Amino acid sequence: MTPPCAAAAGERARGRRRTLCFAALGALFGAVVLTASGVGAVGISAAEALSIAAAQFGLRLPWAYDSLQEHVLLAIRLPRVCLGALAGAALAVAGAALQGLFRNPLADPGLIGVSSGAALAAAAAIVLAEGAPGFVLPLAAFAGGLSATLAVYRIASRGGRTDTASMLLAGIAVNAIASAGIGWLIFASDDEQLRDLNFWMLGSLGGADWGGLLSVAPAIALPIALLALLARPLDALLLGETEAWHLGVNVEWVKRGVVVFAALAASATVALTGVIGFVGLVAPHLVRLTVGPEHRTLLPAAILLGAALLLTADLGARTLVLPAELPIGILTSLIGGPFFLWLLVRRGAALRPD
Amino acid sequence: MLAARDVHAAFGGAPVLRGVSLDVRAGEMLALIGPNGAGKSTLIGALSGAIAPRRGRVCLDSRPLAKWPRRALARRRAVLPQATALSFPFRAFDVAMLGRGPHLDCCGRAENAAAARAALAETGALHLAERLWTTLSGGERQRVRLALALAQVWPEANGSCSGAGARYILFDEPTNNLDLAWQQAFARSARRLAAGGHGVLAALHDPNMAALHADRICVLSAGSVVADGPPESVISPGLFKAAFGVRVRTMPGPDPRRPIVLPA
Repeated sequence: MTPPCAAAAGERARGRRRTLCFAALGALFGAVVLTASGVGAVGISAAEALSIAAAQFGLRLPWAYDSLQEHVLLAIRLPRVCLGALAGAALAVAGAALQGLFRNPLADPGLIGVSSGAALAAAAAIVLAEGAPGFVLPLAAFAGGLSATLAVYRIASRGGRTDTASMLLAGIAVNAIASAGIGWLIFASDDEQLRDLNFWMLGSLGGADWGGLLSVAPAIALPIALLALLARPLDALLLGETEAWHLGVNVEWVKRGVVVFAALAASATVALTGVIGFVGLVAPHLVRLTVGPEHRTLLPAAILLGAALLLTADLGARTLVLPAELPIGILTSLIGGPFFLWLLVRRGAALRPD
Repeated sequence: MLAARDVHAAFGGAPVLRGVSLDVRAGEMLALIGPNGAGKSTLIGALSGAIAPRRGRVCLDSRPLAKWPRRALARRRAVLPQATALSFPFRAFDVAMLGRGPHLDCCGRAENAAAARAALAETGALHLAERLWTTLSGGERQRVRLALALAQVWPEANGSCSGAGARYILFDEPTNNLDLAWQQAFARSARRLAAGGHGVLAALHDPNMAALHADRICVLSAGSVVADGPPESVISPGLFKAAFGVRVRTMPGPDPRRPIVLPA
């Protein structure tokens, strides 16, 4: 076989691998959604769940169900599943895009301060603006997340270059400032506010309901879609900003787009769920290990995997310590922390030349 | 023609270029030599449009670079920088495909892939196509990175994409990390590109490489052009004393129009 044919064959093989990967991720996502919809105090089998869902569109499937199952699925499980999928997708795609922007596989909405900035602002809204209308909280969370991201980005950028080491250090500093602020708010809060604050810091999908979900969902779903559109320029940005410019990429526009969309997706998620760490780090990395770092596959695959991971974590959070419910942030950090350490060790060993 | 006229430019706030005028012509290989800090990279930045001149202007086909749409400009000229920040495990083939980014809207996927493969073959990196960037040696990376730049201005089979007009390629120290054999292979590639109608500019450190392969040599010193012409009229002991502050001997090579430079 001549070399050009070998190169073309390698390309075709990778195309097949990509298709297979998306099929597997789609199947995983579907299975997790059905499981998460079915498991709980009221059991709903996959067939029953499909039957209930079909009935909403006027279709009658042969599997019987009772009205309690229908109510539990539609009013309790489904909004929670939708919120989990949306939150996981948002955190994963924001993490993947930020890693591309910073050319650093260790970037993550939590690590560079987006989540803690959003949580601090949300906590301030809970404690200092008690009784404010409902939209104030997500708005404050978004503003906090965006300012934290911009601060970190500004500090890490000098002369058109983004220094990754100072980005991580600035993220640590912003996280420290935010936790000091949250600490002070805890100190200043009463019992009821304290319970609300706990919700923010440990994260939970327990507050899911259709009203809250539908009002914030566009603010999460839209930036997810917009980030996915930035795949090609993000690939070029991995070469460096000047090189991306040489390739015809509008670098400043892409940089701003990634920062704003990632901050919007992550902050709006935090507004609904509180801080859930490590999903934005773990999902993109697992995808890179299987299909490579190209954003054209990475971003959509991270969306599917992030959603599946968060739904799985939530399933664990609400079934592991029955009848109580574990805050999901504890679970994701428990799994994500060791993964992060493994990543550091692996990078140290295998990728030292860089 | 890619032409700089009385260009003044700064890098990192300090003025570097002080009134440079230079033509990069289609079908010609131009070598840019000069001591460290003379402004070679800044000049390449100004010619590519990445650095906006403080005074003077740079035009491609008589049209100022700032007036060119970003993608159209990217289809007409490519740049090989001194270093690449890439640290993610891309396949070498996908790195070369990044060079086809400006063509994705107007060429088919098969045509772009064919151009990327042809560019990899040209730099002797086709057998690396399926290897991960992070596992390549310095020289292998340089060849793959060269292929990216070549792919960006590679002529398409049916010429459908970027319309008429010569394409230009600006190399900043292209022979970094390359051993002698690959340095010569690069020089042959650059001459082939020029013979094929491309305008080629290469910032080089080796004056003999410049003298042996370039149609024209431009000598930059302290931000100004101090000599610009065919090798035999540029290469002289006096020039090296003035521009580099070194004493050299020059002697006629096998081709009398291409003198050889030796340390004195």
